Amino acid sequence: MLLSEATNPGGAFSLVPWIVFFPAIGLLLNLAVGKRMGEKFIGTVASLAAGLAFAVSAALFFALQANHGEAVAVPFLDWIRIGEFNAGWHFRVDTLSVTMMLVVSGIGTLIHIYAAGYMHYDVRYKEDPAAYNRFFIYLNLFIAMMMILVSGDNYLMLFVGWEGVGLCSFLLIGFWYNRSPDGTPGTGNSYAAKKAFIANRVGDFGFLMAVFTTFWVTRSLQFDEVFHAVESGEVPVWAVWAITLFMLLGVTGKSAQIPLYVWLPDAMAGPTPVSALIHAATMVTAGVYLIARSAPIFSSIEAVHNVVAWVGAGTALFAASIAVGQYDIKKVLAYSTVSQLGFMVAAVGMGAYAAGMFHLVMHAFFKALLFLGSGSVILAVERGHHPIGEDAEHAKHADHGHDDHGHAFDPQDMRNMGGLRTRIPWTFWTYMMGALALAGIPPWSGFFSKDEILTDALHFNVSLYVVLTLAAFLTAFYMGRQVWLVFFGAPRSHGAEAAKESPPTILAPLVVLAGLSMFGGFLNFPVLHQFGHWLEYTLGHLYHATDFLWEVALGSTAFALAAIYVSWLVYGQKPRRTVKEKDPLEKAIPGLFAGMNAKWWVDEIYEDLIIRPYQKLAAFLADVVDWRFWHDWFHDRVLRDGFFGITRFLAQPVDLGVIDGIANGLARLAQGSAAALSVLQTGFVRNYALWVFVGVVSILGFLIFR
Amino acid sequence: MVPVQYFVGLSAILFTLGALGVLTRRNAIIIFMSIELMLNSANLLFVAFARAFEALSGQIFVFFVMTVAAAEVAVGLALIVAVFRTKDTINIDEVSSLRG
Repeated sequence: MLLSEATNPGGAFSLVPWIVFFPAIGLLLNLAVGKRMGEKFIGTVASLAAGLAFAVSAALFFALQANHGEAVAVPFLDWIRIGEFNAGWHFRVDTLSVTMMLVVSGIGTLIHIYAAGYMHYDVRYKEDPAAYNRFFIYLNLFIAMMMILVSGDNYLMLFVGWEGVGLCSFLLIGFWYNRSPDGTPGTGNSYAAKKAFIANRVGDFGFLMAVFTTFWVTRSLQFDEVFHAVESGEVPVWAVWAITLFMLLGVTGKSAQIPLYVWLPDAMAGPTPVSALIHAATMVTAGVYLIARSAPIFSSIEAVHNVVAWVGAGTALFAASIAVGQYDIKKVLAYSTVSQLGFMVAAVGMGAYAAGMFHLVMHAFFKALLFLGSGSVILAVERGHHPIGEDAEHAKHADHGHDDHGHAFDPQDMRNMGGLRTRIPWTFWTYMMGALALAGIPPWSGFFSKDEILTDALHFNVSLYVVLTLAAFLTAFYMGRQVWLVFFGAPRSHGAEAAKESPPTILAPLVVLAGLSMFGGFLNFPVLHQFGHWLEYTLGHLYHATDFLWEVALGSTAFALAAIYVSWLVYGQKPRRTVKEKDPLEKAIPGLFAGMNAKWWVDEIYEDLIIRPYQKLAAFLADVVDWRFWHDWFHDRVLRDGFFGITRFLAQPVDLGVIDGIANGLARLAQGSAAALSVLQTGFVRNYALWVFVGVVSILGFLIFR
Repeated sequence: MVPVQYFVGLSAILFTLGALGVLTRRNAIIIFMSIELMLNSANLLFVAFARAFEALSGQIFVFFVMTVAAAEVAVGLALIVAVFRTKDTINIDEVSSLRG
């Protein structure tokens, strides 16, 4: 299946570098003149850059269809060429990468448009309007990097993008770096950014090791060559295990799986469009893409499937249980994302690559929608609570008597919301579409993709199916809980009372995404499997069409409806009236709820198990090894004192004793001999004459008597 | 004819007298005279051997020696006069300012 060999790209395929260049141009343009041009210009340029990338991706899609799904490699730049080894910036256009391109640029464009409206308020609430430009520069950089990731033709370019999006994630989580997640001045956001970066570093180590091992055993990093080597059996079994497990470590970092998922919930410190784009729809799915891309490696050993699938399924259930106990609207969605990523990893893990990729795309639709919707909710509450700018003008006329000003008010806390259904109807209805899709109610998109995964799980391993179904049940439950808490009942704070519907730039992407969430499922309608066949061009024999099982479909629908009904019983029937009130679940199952609310103390366990010992080790290394041993002992005692000892020895006995002794001895010798000889120098001529006489006599005597 | 040994013996006596005079006396003029004595003992030897071997060169040498001695006397006496003018003495023990 060496598809990319010697294909001569023509027509639209040669456009492929522009998916990276358009965002890059956008960011450079904003970098150069954005500050002087104002928000309209910045937002337009950035959105246009993403939109043009989408247009190119769409052109590639049609070109690929005209090419009957045949993959095309587009060599672009040489990078590293050593003998046989050649890793360059080469683009790969196949059905898998084009799918990712479409998702990244499509969702990306919508989120750019949304952000143009959202950030207008956010920068004002954070009292730093100049940050508007910076935000869109980062966002465009992210699109460019993500495009490099999904379009690379070898693991090296994939890694470049992988690191690039990690950097953008870090920059955007810490976007309000001088504040805490609740908006007050502090270091909380930069701490979250750091946490994300470090957790990803652990994963990236795994990915790098996988790349090194791949190169070691196959002498190549180009996808087709690597897969060919693996499939032909040249690669030893241990190497496949090493590659897949190291890769899995990379996936757990980037796609937030157990044990490295802890960074993703904290990443909600970033502005909401970032949470939607990077931490829900695109970047975090890179791990899923990586496994799907490396399908021939993962499928070459059956046991590998088990490991990956169970990591995913475990994450899905674990994170879903945490999501139930959260109060922060974005935290619920964050854990939901971790859980859904678990579904995808489980799917690609058990070899259902098409199902995993399908869920990836559907999840990108509805989770982006949910995050953007939550952003709209937060903004509405914030604007109701604390009107600024134009809002403040209106607020003057209608003077409300309220008392929740002054002390810390968290516009993200669902306890502060309630009754938003009537106040922000557009947001509510679009949010409902996302929630139903996530809950898996037919015919919304999430139902189809989740159903495929569940069906595959049933074929793969029954216990895996049970775990995933439980996770799906919890998913529907926490979404129900969220919707009841946020949109129903009576407003529980002034902010919710006076909530304002968001402007059209925010609502338009919501509507588009709501449409996609509703009808996206038909992309891979059971029996037809258009999406699956589309991916089959890339996956080849690794693709299998998932059959549609009525039992599974009806079961999961029933579970989802039951979960929603339970959530209505708990939260909808008797809505919470005050902010301070205990959660009904807390009354019913206090121990379990405390655990879910405290995220099962994973952060604390990591703190005690890893961070503290690590800090102790670091302190030990710094204090004992570096300072006391190296500095105090080795440098000061051994090196410095040793040097001083040697110099002292050289100075005292050697220089002063021997060298000076020789010089002084010579001087003293000259002095002494001069003193001795000066006795002869009497100054009396007759003495000299006497010596001359004595000399003559002795010479003569010698001559005569010899 | 007087044998040459006698002349040699006289010359040795004269030379020894001159040498001892140079070494022992302190008066510059006397030392000067002693030097002349030594020169003349040498002249005597020259003349004696010239006659004994009947060779003229010894006698010519004596003329040269006498010429040099005359020049030396002129310079030497001038020096002694100069020393006397500056030191008010011709005792050579007191003329020792070059001694280190």
